[in-house]
Amino acid sequence: MMKKIFLLTFFVLIAWMSGFAQSNMDLEMADLMRSSGKIYVVISVLLIILGGIAGYLFYLDKKLKHLEKKIQSKLNNL
Amino acid sequence: MMRSVWWKYAAIILLIYTFIAGFLLDVPRLPILHETIRNLYFHVSMWFGMIILLVCSLVYSIRYLGNSDLKTDLWASEAAKVGVFFGFLGLATGMLWAKYTWGAWWVNDSKLNGAAASILVYLAYFMLRNSLDEEQKRARISAVYSIFAFSLMMVFIMILPRLTDSLHPGNGGNPSFGKYDLDSNMRMVFYPAIIGWTLIGVWIWQIRIRMALIKEAMYTLEDSRKQE
Repeated sequence: MMKKIFLLTFFVLIAWMSGFAQSNMDLEMADLMRSSGKIYVVISVLLIILGGIAGYLFYLDKKLKHLEKKIQSKLNNL
Repeated sequence: MMRSVWWKYAAIILLIYTFIAGFLLDVPRLPILHETIRNLYFHVSMWFGMIILLVCSLVYSIRYLGNSDLKTDLWASEAAKVGVFFGFLGLATGMLWAKYTWGAWWVNDSKLNGAAASILVYLAYFMLRNSLDEEQKRARISAVYSIFAFSLMMVFIMILPRLTDSLHPGNGGNPSFGKYDLDSNMRMVFYPAIIGWTLIGVWIWQIRIRMALIKEAMYTLEDSRKQE
């Protein structure tokens, strides 16, 4: 009997504590990304796209510069 | 038509319209999604752009098998490169969106895994191209592989997610976008957004082709001088 009561209180305590621990972990708070109807998520998505396209353009620019240098050196060797 | 410049202006105007109308027009009020439903104009149009560019790649691959012109092969491979770039943008934006609606950067979902797998299939296409030296052989083998890659992508992102349950809207048993399907307000921005982003992709595609053609012309001139 004592053992059962002990186990019961133990499990209730564990359940209560884990519930307590969860209440301030992984909870969605009103942080920046979730404020104003999560509009900053949309803005970040747009910034990712803009950054991606900008990065791609710089990459293409580098390739083109390489090509220009090659052509220039070939012209100089004529 | 592609040599003219008007469609580049059209792309920019459509995108400016997308940004203004996309942020200011009314959208349906949905739980969890809130304002992020506006990502439809950005995240979803990345995937539309990717699919349109990959369709272009497929068309030129098939045309190469008919005419054996290396230029056609070049158009096909450059379209696939830009398409996969759009796919990466789609993945990155989708991950951010998932974090703030589903609560995780990545969930084990048939649509997400299918999208990642189809991008890997196209990365294999580029590896295949780089590993073959002889031009005609490379073009022919990669044209055949491109047809295979496109059909695999269709299975991965269009068919399989519809056969199972998926968190992602537009697939089995998720009604969260049911409302937008009927929302003509969102369509007024969504369709111009798709056209605008796709035209940007086509623009990058054209620049890549022109660069590759310059490179090719340089080598041809070099070869002809050697023969003299």
